[in-house]
Amino acid sequence: MRQASVWLVACGLVGVAPWVWGDSLGLSTLSQIGVAVLACLSFNLLLGQGGMLSFGHATYTGAGAFAAIHVLHAGVGAPWALPLPLLPLVGGLAGMTLAGLLGWLCTRRPGTVFAMITLGLGELVYAAALMLPQWFGGEAGISANRTLAPAWWGWTFGSALQVYYLIAAYTLTCAAALYLLTFTPWGRLLNAVRDNPLRVACIGFDPHGMRYQAFVVAGFFAGIAGALGAIHFETVNHEALAASKSGAYLLFTTLGGSGAFMGPVLGGVLMVLCTVLLSGLTQAWLLYLGLLFVAVVLWVPGGLAACALSVWQWVLSGQLPHRLALLAPLAPSATAAGLGLVILVEMVYHRQLAASVGPVLGFMGLQLDTSAPSTWVLAAAACAVGTCALALQWRRSGPRWQQIGGSHRG
Amino acid sequence: MVERAPLPVLELRGLCKRFGSTEVIRGANLVVQSGERVAIIGPNGAGKSTLFDLVTGRCPPTGGQVLLHQRPLHGLSPHQIHRLGVARSFQITQVFPKLTVTDNLRCAALWHLGHGAGMLQRLTKLADVNARVQHLLDALSLQPLRDLPAAALAYADQRALDLGMALASDAPLLLLDEPTAGMGRGETQRMVARIREATQGKTLLMVEHDMEVVFGLADKVAVLVAGAFIAFDTPERVRADPKVQAAYLGALDFLSDGAQA
Repeated sequence: MRQASVWLVACGLVGVAPWVWGDSLGLSTLSQIGVAVLACLSFNLLLGQGGMLSFGHATYTGAGAFAAIHVLHAGVGAPWALPLPLLPLVGGLAGMTLAGLLGWLCTRRPGTVFAMITLGLGELVYAAALMLPQWFGGEAGISANRTLAPAWWGWTFGSALQVYYLIAAYTLTCAAALYLLTFTPWGRLLNAVRDNPLRVACIGFDPHGMRYQAFVVAGFFAGIAGALGAIHFETVNHEALAASKSGAYLLFTTLGGSGAFMGPVLGGVLMVLCTVLLSGLTQAWLLYLGLLFVAVVLWVPGGLAACALSVWQWVLSGQLPHRLALLAPLAPSATAAGLGLVILVEMVYHRQLAASVGPVLGFMGLQLDTSAPSTWVLAAAACAVGTCALALQWRRSGPRWQQIGGSHRG
Repeated sequence: MVERAPLPVLELRGLCKRFGSTEVIRGANLVVQSGERVAIIGPNGAGKSTLFDLVTGRCPPTGGQVLLHQRPLHGLSPHQIHRLGVARSFQITQVFPKLTVTDNLRCAALWHLGHGAGMLQRLTKLADVNARVQHLLDALSLQPLRDLPAAALAYADQRALDLGMALASDAPLLLLDEPTAGMGRGETQRMVARIREATQGKTLLMVEHDMEVVFGLADKVAVLVAGAFIAFDTPERVRADPKVQAAYLGALDFLSDGAQA
């Protein structure tokens, strides 16, 4: 009952979102969020549910993207042309087929061996894409016009809003399917394979077979996500298969939290907000992201989802004011440390990349003179003092905060 | 002992296992009849756990054969051997730490109730699985812990869960690897009672160090020394066997411990 209401709220939010943030940037961002959420969810079927750390997930999202674009392209004017809403399924089949071909090898062993083989095969497919320009379009990639697909119940998908709702419908449906899958015998056995493959074999199931099936299912949903992305952008190039893309799925799924179903959803949202919005705010965004990732892996292994869950439980149990009072003394030192660090980073970037516009950096209403030593000393001092204060506070009362964002049951 | 028509459930014929240049099992022969409770004893490093790994397909033998109901198991993987009716527990507890106790048992009960890894039903809605799991929770006194993740259980409870997962399949041949290892006296007695109760009508092969457990449970004792069986008989006759006493030279206390039981 409570779960059903969460899903209803999610549907409502997704339905209303374009009316709240409906300009072209907003629609594009929301559509990309839908794609990223589905991609991260499919990734987490491997990482969180099956304990398989894949370094090559972009191979399967990319396969879906290329398949969808090719079918869209080839279908123009042809009698068999598919309406646009069926193209994601084509992408899903492509992702599933590729995963079916490569997965048996990848999933033979869990752990490091799995990670290495996915990395190797991902690089192989990426290199092949560059060597076969007739299939993958070389550096420029392949473009197609989605409005040339046959209209579907009057929907031509010329407008970004229609594309958004197509993506939203697919993402919600697939997310629901993946969610329900976690309650089936298959889903629980996949968790069992993650926890202890040796024991799974002694209760009558083949761990390799289970991993392989999960890999193929993840490939299917990854392919759908890739195809949705291709429909949104109307173009795809070899970068869709790149290891950096696979790395992004890993990074943001971990940030969101691989232990909870909500984790990759939050991760997908964060992924697009960072790449679309944060990258517009600062050139150092990848550095900040890297620092955040390290901090989460070290101190909040459950990711954002676990933090959110803790806060939600405090709200329910009425502990929120008490907990916030515990955390409040951290705020000044954390702010000083964070602000000092950010100012230092921004000033370095400014001197390296924007020195031609003069030594003054505008930062949150401040005018920082990057040529004056005093600015550097002040920023460094704030960072150092804040960090030391944080460390001291942690030593004194760290255990009281330990419950925040710890990893929890998947 | 009640005389039965000999029906070998498990037969080892000249079984050998070599890891590199180390020969762990050297021509082990054993015939286990249906309904027998057989305890394998032997000094540390005699190859007892390796023997279990060979029978359950976890590693392939380098020579000889394992026959289950006269059928050679050669080349079968562990899950296929389990499906033929061989369940095992482990010397080092093997459970699914992040799953709840109930889900651990549910997963273990799935295959033999004919369910497989279905993608269309809810695991919690399978009535026959739930009935089996409830029965096991009661039998193992795990009922109050049923919703905890297995990792949160105390050692003895994890051992009980490990046993429960072996019992969940209702397999006719049960292999238990030191079911009472590391347990206190009271816990051991409770465990022995559970095993006796749960293995009614089944064939049991177990590795055990605790002589009290061995003499309390086993119909026959097989003595494994340096990778081969040097004796296989009723507990009383094994104890009197000079070969066994020689093998256990310096560990006679260990045997006389059992004699008091």
